[in-house]
Order: sequence, then structure tokens, then C-alpha cells
Amino acid sequence: MVELSENMNTKKGASTVQTAILVVAVGGLLVAPMFLYPIFLMKLLCFALFACAFNLLLGYTGLLSFGHATFFGGAAYFTAHVMKEWGVTPEIGVLIGVAGAAFLGLVVGFFAIRRQGIYFAMITLALGQMFYFFCLQAAFTHGEDGIQSVPRGHLFGLIDLNDPSNMYYFVLALFVIGIAIIWRFINSPFGMILKSIRENEARAISLGYSVGNYKLGAFVMSAALTGLAGSVKALVFQFATLTDVGWHMSGEVILMTLLGGIGTLIGPMVGAGLVVTLQNYLATSDFPVTIITGIVFMACVLLFRRGIVGEFYASRLGKKLGF
Amino acid sequence: MQALFGQLLIGLINGSFYALLSLGLAVIFGLLRVINFAHGAQYMLGAFVAYLLLQYLGIGYWAALVVAPLVVGLFGAVIERTMLSRLYNLDPLYGLLFTFGLALTIEGTFRYLYGASGQPYAAPPLLAGGTNLGFMFLPNYRGWVVVVSLLACLGTWLLIEKTKLGSYLRAATENPVLVQAFGVNVPLLLTFTYALGAGLAAFAGVLAAPVYQVSPLMGTNLIIVVFAVVVVGGMGSIMGAILTGYMLGIAEGLTKVFYPEASNIVIFVIMAIVLLLRPAGLFGRDA
Repeated sequence: MVELSENMNTKKGASTVQTAILVVAVGGLLVAPMFLYPIFLMKLLCFALFACAFNLLLGYTGLLSFGHATFFGGAAYFTAHVMKEWGVTPEIGVLIGVAGAAFLGLVVGFFAIRRQGIYFAMITLALGQMFYFFCLQAAFTHGEDGIQSVPRGHLFGLIDLNDPSNMYYFVLALFVIGIAIIWRFINSPFGMILKSIRENEARAISLGYSVGNYKLGAFVMSAALTGLAGSVKALVFQFATLTDVGWHMSGEVILMTLLGGIGTLIGPMVGAGLVVTLQNYLATSDFPVTIITGIVFMACVLLFRRGIVGEFYASRLGKKLGF
Repeated sequence: MQALFGQLLIGLINGSFYALLSLGLAVIFGLLRVINFAHGAQYMLGAFVAYLLLQYLGIGYWAALVVAPLVVGLFGAVIERTMLSRLYNLDPLYGLLFTFGLALTIEGTFRYLYGASGQPYAAPPLLAGGTNLGFMFLPNYRGWVVVVSLLACLGTWLLIEKTKLGSYLRAATENPVLVQAFGVNVPLLLTFTYALGAGLAAFAGVLAAPVYQVSPLMGTNLIIVVFAVVVVGGMGSIMGAILTGYMLGIAEGLTKVFYPEASNIVIFVIMAIVLLLRPAGLFGRDA
């Protein structure tokens, strides 16, 4: 009985902390543009969403995709193209980007789920590189130049997104929607089955689940949400280039997730925040980011595989709070 | 016709590098269960060591062909001993992520020091010029690359299949605990294997230096193609890795003749088709 009440207390501790973090985060994000450069904040939100969408696959399904830049950069290209050439409104542009990324996810996932583990990573990397070469040569992407000066347009034809604060709240709203979808997804029966596949695939098969379909579902979901992040990024920066589809980008999102904490909801956001801040900080110096990225990668794998948030959860304080 | 043979030769050269690199990957993966993402970086290191030896010490191609693999192999051994060996009991994905970080660090460092553009490296005078074969003109150096890489592949295959050391390696692949119980120093064997793989990559790098330019980025783009080669071949057999490397190199060369736009992606397309028809790979044993 004593044990039980203590257990409930600790659970309460965790949920109190989580609620407090949520309130502070939402409040902070609402007032942040008054203190920080809005473009930087929007970039942060895009990459946080990207990392969370990626974590949906790695953290909750146990699949390491090395080709997520395909969906991020692909969606950026689709949105940029339809906004610039067809002149659609931003919400339609983002929807088309998301749909395109989901379609790409279906194609890549269809091939990649045929193998597991290490092969899965190599296949997604190879298909990602293939998409990179496609973007390099296709006419609509304008090759090395990319799609430049993409108009942000008017949301629903009414709200001018060229205004930085309008744009910021538009991005924030999409970010919150994206995170809410991820949260709902991982706490749904579908998400539970994904976790069981991660823990013991053979057992999930023996229980009668068609593991392949669930994996493909998770892959498409992750690709679509990654596409949301990519589409928004194209609108924020008003261009789409090859950088977004290259393998460096795929590696970056892995780093964000690993650094923050694989399989935690807020870990990837923390990781994305750190990596983007670091990049911004180093952008002015001529010291290459790649070296730091590589060293952080090695340090994460060798020293703290659970990531910053994961290590906190596993620490004495985190355990006391009941995470 | 000239173009066809020319591209076939280029395909054969590329295939040699695919074969050498996928062979090294397969050897490392067989024993360590680690996909060595840094393989491309080690290939680049090999080329750079050759370039630096010539630039600063005046040591030429022939010596570099021996020294560079030793230097890079030693570097690999140090990495394996100090860091990689801590990851063996974990999910193999961590090995991939670690070596990815290593590749980024090496590539970034060389880019910082030498810039992104390539440095020329001349072929040795002995192999300069070319031979007219009647149906095509064969630059001597390229012929040498094809022959010597074929020999290196066969040598590695013989080492693993026919020698005592190779039998230890194969036994340790099957059951490391039992082999250790027989008194074989398995950790040392693992270090040796990683060094061997890294050395092979560096050897390929020195061979590649006069063909392509010596550039910090030469390895990473190549390694992604080699990953596709490995998926096509399956990592089960050494011979499979070698054959697949040459086949895909030639397939790429032929595509350049008949449909140049697709030459960059043809290997990835073949990979996709193989995944549909034979998911374990052409020579693969594990599903």
C-alpha cells in the first residue's frame, strides 16, 4: 500500500513537471518573437518538428532511416514550386508539400521495409541519394540554383504572411498541430503496436500483426510530418535548394534526435534547438560545422546513448520524479 | 564503338573501386557486425597520405602504395581499440552512427585544411602514356588499376578462405566465444580485421588518386554507392561482394553510353529491383 501511494506520488511528480514544461514552453514560444530574431525561431521550430517526425520512426518503431532529407527537401521543392509557379495560397502549398512527402515516403518505405536493421539504413540512404541526383537533374528544381524567391502569399487569401509576426504565428500553429498529431499517434493503439515491433518483432508477427504494413504506415506518417517541416521551411526562407535533400541533412536530423534523446517526445526538440543554435553560432566563423557535428556524434554514441533528455529521465532526479 | 569501349573501361575502373571497398566493408561486417561508414573517409585518407607524402617528403607513388595503407590501417587499429570496441555488445546501428560521426570529422578536418577543391596527383612515369589495342586506346595507368585491384581482391579472398589466419577469422565470425576459449586472441583479431579493412580502403584510395583528383569529398559520395552495391550483393560472401562490385561498375559504364542521364542513379535502380525480386541480395545468406 505504501509502495503504491509512493508510486502515485512519483507519477504525479512527472506529470506536474511535464505540465509545467508545457506551459512554460507554449508561453515562451508565444512571446519569443519579441526577444529573438523571428527567422531564427522559425528555423528552430521547423527543425524541431523535423526531428520529432524522424523520432517517430527511430524512437517508436526502431527503424533508422538515413534518407529523411528526401521528404524534408522534397516537400520544400513541391511547396516552393506550387507557390511560385501556380500561385496557390500557402495552406494549399503546404498541403501539397505534405502529400508529396507522404507519397515519397510510400515509395521509399515500400522498398526499405523489405530489409531490417542495418540494411534498412543503407537502403534509405541509397534511395535518398537517388532522389538527390533526381533533384539535381530535374527541370522544376532548377538544379544547382534551386527555387529562389518563393512568395509566402496570403493565408486563406486574407492574412499577409510577409509580415514577420503573422508568419511566426502561422509556423507556430503548424508546429503545435504537428506535435499534437505525433503525440496522439504514439499514444494510439497503432503506436503501441509499433512499440511492440520495436521491442520484439518476431513476437509481434506471431501475435498476428502484419508487421510490414504497420512499419510502412509509420514510415509514411513520419515522411508526411517531415514534409510539413520541409514545406514550412521553404516558406520561411523563401527558397528550396539541394542542401535540403542531401545526405548531410539526413545525418543532421539523426544527430538532433540522438543528442536530445531517442524515443522521448521532447528530446528531439532539445537536440534540434542545440544543433541549430550551434550552427547559427558557427555560421559567422570559418570553422566548419561538420567537424563539430562529427565529434558530437561520436561523443553521443560513446558516452550518452540515451541523449540529454533520456539521461535526465534515467538519472536519480528523473527517477524520483517518476519518468 | 570507341565510346562504348571507353565507357566500359571507366565502368571497369569504377567497378574495381566498388569491389575493393565493398570487399573491405564485407570483411569488417562479417567479424565486427559494424557497417563502417568511415570506409569512404579511409579511402580518401589513403589518397591524401599519398599526396602529402609526395608533397612534403618527396616519396613517390610506389612507396605510397605500401605506406599509405599501413598508416591508415594503423589509424584504424587505434580507433578500433580505443572507441569502436566499446560498441560491440550494442545494437549494430550504434556502430554505423559512430563511424558516420568519424567520417564527418575526418572529412570536415581535411576540408578545413585543404579546401573542397581537388588536388592533382600524377600517375607514376612508368605507367604514363597508353597502348593502342586496335579497337581502343588504353591508358596504361588505367589498365594497371584494373589488374592490381583484381589481384588485391583475389589476395584478400585467398587470405580469408585459404590461410590459417583466415580460418581463425571465419571461425570467429561463426562463434567468437568458442574461438576465444580455444586460446585465440579474438579482440586482437577484431583489431586486425578493422585495420585490414581500413588498409584496403586506403589502398583503393592511392590507386584512385591519379584517376580522380585527391579531394576531401571523394570518399563519402562513393561510399553511398558502395552501400547500394553491398545491398545488391548481400554481405554474406566475400566473392559475392567482389563480383557485384565489378558487375555494377560495368552496368554503370554501359548506362553512360546508352542513357547518360540515368548513369548516376542506375545502381540505385538495380538495388531497388533486387530488393523486389530477391530481398536478401544476390549472394546473401541472411534474410
